[in-house]
Amino acid sequence: METKAPGGGYLRQAWLVIFLGLLYGGALAGVQTSLGPRIEQNRRAETYRVIPQIVPGADAAQTTELTITGRDGKPSRVYRVHTAGGQLAGWVLPAGGLGFADRIDLLVGLDPELHAITGIYVLDQKETPGLGNFISSESFRERFAGMSAGEPLMVVKENPTAGRNEILALSGATISSESVANIVNTAIDNLREPLRGL
Amino acid sequence: MSNHDPTALERLINGILPENPVYRQLLGMCPTLAVTGAVKPAMTMALATAFVLISANCMVSLIRGLLRPHLRILVFTLTIATFVTIADRVLAAYLYEMSKQLGPYVPLIIVNCLIISRCEICASKQSLPVALADAVGVSLGFALALGSIATVREVLGSGTWFGLAVLPSNWPNWGIMVLPPGAFLTLGILLGLVEWLADRRRKHVT
Repeated sequence: METKAPGGGYLRQAWLVIFLGLLYGGALAGVQTSLGPRIEQNRRAETYRVIPQIVPGADAAQTTELTITGRDGKPSRVYRVHTAGGQLAGWVLPAGGLGFADRIDLLVGLDPELHAITGIYVLDQKETPGLGNFISSESFRERFAGMSAGEPLMVVKENPTAGRNEILALSGATISSESVANIVNTAIDNLREPLRGL
Repeated sequence: MSNHDPTALERLINGILPENPVYRQLLGMCPTLAVTGAVKPAMTMALATAFVLISANCMVSLIRGLLRPHLRILVFTLTIATFVTIADRVLAAYLYEMSKQLGPYVPLIIVNCLIISRCEICASKQSLPVALADAVGVSLGFALALGSIATVREVLGSGTWFGLAVLPSNWPNWGIMVLPPGAFLTLGILLGLVEWLADRRRKHVT
């Protein structure tokens, strides 16, 4: 096929690809615009369902949503969660960032004083099946509960030392594990001061 | 071997059994092994794949006169990726739980080679009705394959079918059937069975 050099200029050869790229791009933008709010709604419903799992004692019905400005200058949504009796039980921060394969979206639960992480939950991930996708598993997520929220989490491959904020990586999925820790660190770092001010 | 292009009806029928994508061509092994632990995710995958295959085949057939030989694969991939993204968003909006359960396997439909093979073999050479019939036939064949494997695995592994209990509650669930080895075992046994039946039929005819 290469022996006969394709005739014509670049545009004559590639116009179909360029045209289809624009057409498909427009179509996908349309799909995202029309379905985006519904997907967001589904996520919010899931968030409310799992709030009691990531902040102990919280009652999802006693939740207020706030929009605060983080250190990065952008508005962020946070959930202030309460016990059934109306006492402050903690905070839930939606957080996201790049994983090994694609975006990872998390919920991070914090205690009322912002001293400790009470739990995390994975809303969305597309990590490698059989390795990285275990970031959604209970056994990985519970490694975060009780860690200090005052200093960054560190990911280690073996023998995490108690009291040093170390998370044991999933074997075979170091990058996915580190991504989760980084997303948690960034979110807490970004919102700690504004949350203290509330 | 024949010197005429297959007609729409031939394409439709061939896709279902004689050239079944899974049992005869061994294409699309990733979803075949990965999402057949139960019938519900398997059928969702079959439906999503059918949507992508039918849309991509029709689109490619419509623009087949404009394709440049050295850019055709790029156009196929672009087209398939677009429809997969639409399927992924629709699942996330209307079947949220299922979309989470299937996880990365929905975006992975892009690299399911049974779709690009139909674009290359049929849609880029034949008219819209033939390409449509071809896509429908192959989609039915794929659904049949996923459904059969998932049925064996779900019934033996969980005692249910489509989430409904079909075996007595004292059935000892064969845990291995819902785990990855169960996928390989079931595929191997069903593949052998299909081969054996086809072989017997051939002998019977001659």
